[in-house]
Amino acid sequence: MPVLTLIEFNGTEHRVNADIGQSVMQAANFANVPGLQADCGGACSCATCHAFIDDAWLARVPAAEETESDMLDYACGRAENSRLTCQLIVSDALDGLVLRLPESQY
Amino acid sequence: MSLASIVIVGAGQAGYQVAASLRQEGHTGRIVLIGDEPGLPYQRPPLSKAYLLGKIADTALLFRPADFFATQNIELIHDQATAIDRINRRVLLASGEALSYDHLVLATGAHNRPLAVPGAQLEGVFGIKTKLHADTLAPLVHAARDVVVVGAGFIGLEFAAVAAALGANVHVLELGDRPMARAVSREMSEVFRKAHEGWGVHFDFRQGLASIESDNGKVCAVITSDGRRLPADLVVFGIGVIANVQIASEAGLHIENGIKVDAHLLTSDPQISALGDVACFPCLHNDQQPIRLESVQNAVDQARCIAARLMGKPAAYEALPWFWTDQGALKLQIAGLSTGYDSSVIVGSPETSQLSVLCFRNDQLIAVESCNRPGDHMAARKILARAPQLTAAQAAAPGFELKAWEVANRP
Ligand SMILES: Cc1cc2nc3c(=O)[nH]c(=O)nc-3n(C[C@H](O)[C@H](O)[C@H](O)COP(=O)(O)OP(=O)(O)OC[C@H]3O[C@@H](n4cnc5c(N)ncnc54)[C@H](O)[C@@H]3O)c2cc1C
Ligand code: FES
Repeated sequence: MPVLTLIEFNGTEHRVNADIGQSVMQAANFANVPGLQADCGGACSCATCHAFIDDAWLARVPAAEETESDMLDYACGRAENSRLTCQLIVSDALDGLVLRLPESQY
Repeated sequence: MSLASIVIVGAGQAGYQVAASLRQEGHTGRIVLIGDEPGLPYQRPPLSKAYLLGKIADTALLFRPADFFATQNIELIHDQATAIDRINRRVLLASGEALSYDHLVLATGAHNRPLAVPGAQLEGVFGIKTKLHADTLAPLVHAARDVVVVGAGFIGLEFAAVAAALGANVHVLELGDRPMARAVSREMSEVFRKAHEGWGVHFDFRQGLASIESDNGKVCAVITSDGRRLPADLVVFGIGVIANVQIASEAGLHIENGIKVDAHLLTSDPQISALGDVACFPCLHNDQQPIRLESVQNAVDQARCIAARLMGKPAAYEALPWFWTDQGALKLQIAGLSTGYDSSVIVGSPETSQLSVLCFRNDQLIAVESCNRPGDHMAARKILARAPQLTAAQAAAPGFELKAWEVANRP
């Protein structure tokens, strides 16, 4: 079972067991990690499941598709390493992935 | 006001969100969430889309796992609320139990308007509202050859796209003259009509359903209003919903196209709030006219507004309505309400199904419908929520782009 690390804006770290095929958003929410509002439930329509990929992982995470990238332009504080976590699907290749959460989703 | 106990009736999108937001806001009193559907609270949008296609697991429908409700101390009760005793501030349940409340939140949603034609009760005739509906329907749509969809609204068309993708012959009957007529512009309807036809969906506009025929108790055909017989092994209808107002109405609350609430989402009883699909509220983005909206955004934002008020931070509900629907390869996102628009400007290209329709009323931008242009949608949400407003003349200028205008006109 892949393990993800999510770091809240205040520095609190959460290690989360994720199922393959699940989205990172769902894995985090199911582990009760606060900070991903995910208003649209994973439909890539709200941009409130925003997180930053740790630099060491950037090259290993599949690139965002166009819809996600366009939505991200309006995520709070978008950066080069921004992603919408509902569009990141957990696989063995993401075992160990580290993400940082923004201060706010709005 | 002491709020030792908050009782929420209806454990759908709105009810769940009220409970979760109350805890997030730091409420420490009792929270009871009463739902009459089995299982944990879940989201409905995938029921007519990815879930029906088999693309996502049922756990992906859940908002949160069981231990969330335990750790957050949200008492989830599977029962039906049958009456509200406003004098003694109690909710009565079908099991006979009575729950006392300091504040009551009604989030009872809506049920599908039933088909009123002979044969509507037959096996193989479905509306899509609950997970149970989707679970029963999924194997049938995977096996179906001839599917008739009654009503070309959002849910009917989402289902039509799924059925067509799974290889069925899909026939849509619609009383109006275009798809999604009540919710989107003529221009956008046209894009979706063409797209569905490209996927093999056949439309019959200005056409009703007269009856459903059966063979051995199972649906085998439908008869249209003009007397034609269409083969059908599955009939799915989406002809609107009826707000679940019964307990509110019997308790004497003001009812008017749903449970009538004020700008703070309070009912005619100040100890009772209502929200989501069941609530009719004065809408800032609808010229302050009362409206009942059926959307995830509406349920979620109203829930946050109520939770904040109950935690001592009252504010009028003013959130901008937004909505999405996914049909085949098309994602339609709507910001604002286009009711009564009198002019429009198209940005992008209808030919490639990548476009936004900007809807104006009295030269005021009131809504933006974006198909496969998510950046436009997000820009529109910003623009519609603040001044200054874009004019039709500005939008019609050559080379106009919503995103660029939004960035250039940030306050
Ligand atoms: C198939 C489908 C697809 C959709 N797709 C989209 C979409 O793509 N985008 C979008 O924005 N919106 C979509 N929606 C709309 C969205 O899901 C609803 O607006 C939202 O669920 C409304 O939330 P609610 O809590 O008000 O009502 P609901 O989610 O319907 O919840 C109400 C709950 O209360 C229960 N209840 C009612 N009366 C009682 C009682 N007396 N006692 C106990 N429990 C009771 C009901 O059984 C139900 O479980 C879709 C809806 C459906 C059905
Ligand atoms: S949950 Fe809405 S975009 Fe990810």
